[in-house]
Amino acid sequence: MRKPWSDDRAERVLGAVACLVLATILGMVVFVFAKAWPSFSHNGLSWFGPAHDGTVDDQLTAIFNSPAQPDRYQYELGAFSLLWGTILTTAGAVVLGVAISVLSAIFIVEFAPPPVRRVMTPVIRLLAAVPSVIYGLIGILVMVPFVGNHVVSQERKQSVLYVVQLTGTSVLVAVLILTVMIVPIMVSIMADALRGVPRSWTEGAAALGVNRWRVMWTISVRASRPAFIAAIVLATARALGEAIMLSMVSGSQGFSPNPLDGVTFFLEPTRPLAATIVDNAEGLSVKPFGQTIYAFAAVLLVSTFFLSLAGWAAKQPLKRYGMGV
Amino acid sequence: MATAAPTRRVESSSSWRLTDRIGLGLCWAAGLLLCLIAAGIVGYMAYRGLQYLRPHLLWERPLSDSDQSKSGGFFDPLVGTVALTVIGTAIALPVGVSTAVWLVEFGRPSWLARLVESGVEVIAGTPDIVLAIFGLVLFQQQIFALLSFQAEGNAVFGRSFLTAGTMLGLVALPFIVGSTREALQTIPRHVREASLALGKTRAATIRRVLLPAARPGIATGTVLGMGRIVGDTAIVVILLGATLQLQRVGGPPLIGDVRGTGSTLTSYVYNNSPAGEGNASEKAYAAAFVLLLVVIGLNLVAGRLGRRKVSWTS
Repeated sequence: MRKPWSDDRAERVLGAVACLVLATILGMVVFVFAKAWPSFSHNGLSWFGPAHDGTVDDQLTAIFNSPAQPDRYQYELGAFSLLWGTILTTAGAVVLGVAISVLSAIFIVEFAPPPVRRVMTPVIRLLAAVPSVIYGLIGILVMVPFVGNHVVSQERKQSVLYVVQLTGTSVLVAVLILTVMIVPIMVSIMADALRGVPRSWTEGAAALGVNRWRVMWTISVRASRPAFIAAIVLATARALGEAIMLSMVSGSQGFSPNPLDGVTFFLEPTRPLAATIVDNAEGLSVKPFGQTIYAFAAVLLVSTFFLSLAGWAAKQPLKRYGMGV
Repeated sequence: MATAAPTRRVESSSSWRLTDRIGLGLCWAAGLLLCLIAAGIVGYMAYRGLQYLRPHLLWERPLSDSDQSKSGGFFDPLVGTVALTVIGTAIALPVGVSTAVWLVEFGRPSWLARLVESGVEVIAGTPDIVLAIFGLVLFQQQIFALLSFQAEGNAVFGRSFLTAGTMLGLVALPFIVGSTREALQTIPRHVREASLALGKTRAATIRRVLLPAARPGIATGTVLGMGRIVGDTAIVVILLGATLQLQRVGGPPLIGDVRGTGSTLTSYVYNNSPAGEGNASEKAYAAAFVLLLVVIGLNLVAGRLGRRKVSWTS
């Protein structure tokens, strides 16, 4: 029989594996930023600004077609419309999603009759488990044609034809589907937090004659605010990074929808950062183009990193009164 | 979590103020909306899937043809999904369990433990598309040439089952670490103390007592992680080369296959949707239905496993 491991050896081996995980993250940050650096250093802060001549897509094509000599590489880029697309879809989905999630979390914890509650748990788990490509498929084959044929009128299409074609791939569809994708994450965390509120607090309020809705709204929801923020942060990170579904339904056009357009604004196409990476993955072997794509990834990496940090910070107050999430 | 006592009397909401009643109504609306959406998705996918899914699609190899009746089935994507899940789990399981055991049972120095903990959270928050292109630049380094195909001029291709599986392992890792940790933390102190008092070393305690006790938790996390691997698209599209059929690289049988490229159900659906080149929505619906069944099945298994908790009496 082989000699069993000593404690020291076990600790060292397991610790080494844990450090390997850390090293991977470090490697990821280093590699992505090293690859992305030329794009940032060449453009400076105008990287985040609007495209100077033409659209982002024109600039990306120019970068893709840049000459093969390293000293004549093109890097000129103003990625504002991609950033704007990311912000729009993420913010839209998070705002809409928070409202739905808070209400349905309260519903599951307090108001749903037991049979409905038994159905809700698997429903939430199912919505969280559906792969993004299936959401995208339903979006592109069902919702996009519907919006394109029935929601967008001919006059509206004509009115903006000189800047952009309205086909139904739009901010609206992207936001709606993204909302459905992030709601289950928020609901499960929020419901856990609401259940974790000490019973004596809610019972005390109920004993004072406060009705059930008031108890939930003024005691439970308030007490679990930190968990709600953590849930929102997680969902935001998920929405930022969603690539496949958005590349399928958001229109794949580097266009920044203008809020001044009124209703048309919601029907205009856009393309967030993550979707841009998927759409242009074939061009990664062209050196300056690949570096530009890695710059997009670097922006996403930094944003999600700060979101993780914010989520961790938001959870800290919970530990004070023993309501760990 | 103990729910309300069965004999609880529910007060009527008719005496509430209007604003409170509106709030109650909105709660019902939100909850039912989610149920409707879920039913709609499953119902629609089942309707379309049963309409287009034919048994022969499951064992015919895909062919590139613009005519949908000649473009074959999705045997290769199915094999690809299974292969990637196996590779990803085989990487994530040992790494995840070791990390969790180290965090709970050792965790010294504590700053390093905290760093590892937040590192796992960072991985969980990183978009899979970023993981995908990080994997590409990582595995195109010369030292990883063995994992994929090497073209003339020494350029490493970087796309293969092994590289995609490794990155998918990272996707599954946070689930395994999380549930293993939770399972270990619920094991009461006196169980460890009893084992140590019998003269077992800590290493033996972990192996003989703690890991067997944590097995249901580990299994739940693993199955959840597998569900994520099966459903992931971005990493597959970028790191698996997205060739329709399995393309093997020269070498011994099995090794040549996993160094090669291929496709999975997710990339098959993506490529056959209007967003990809194939534009064969019937095939996309059929494959998406199979994919949905697999994912739902994995979740049912995870739910079943999660319920089987070891109860500790003190």
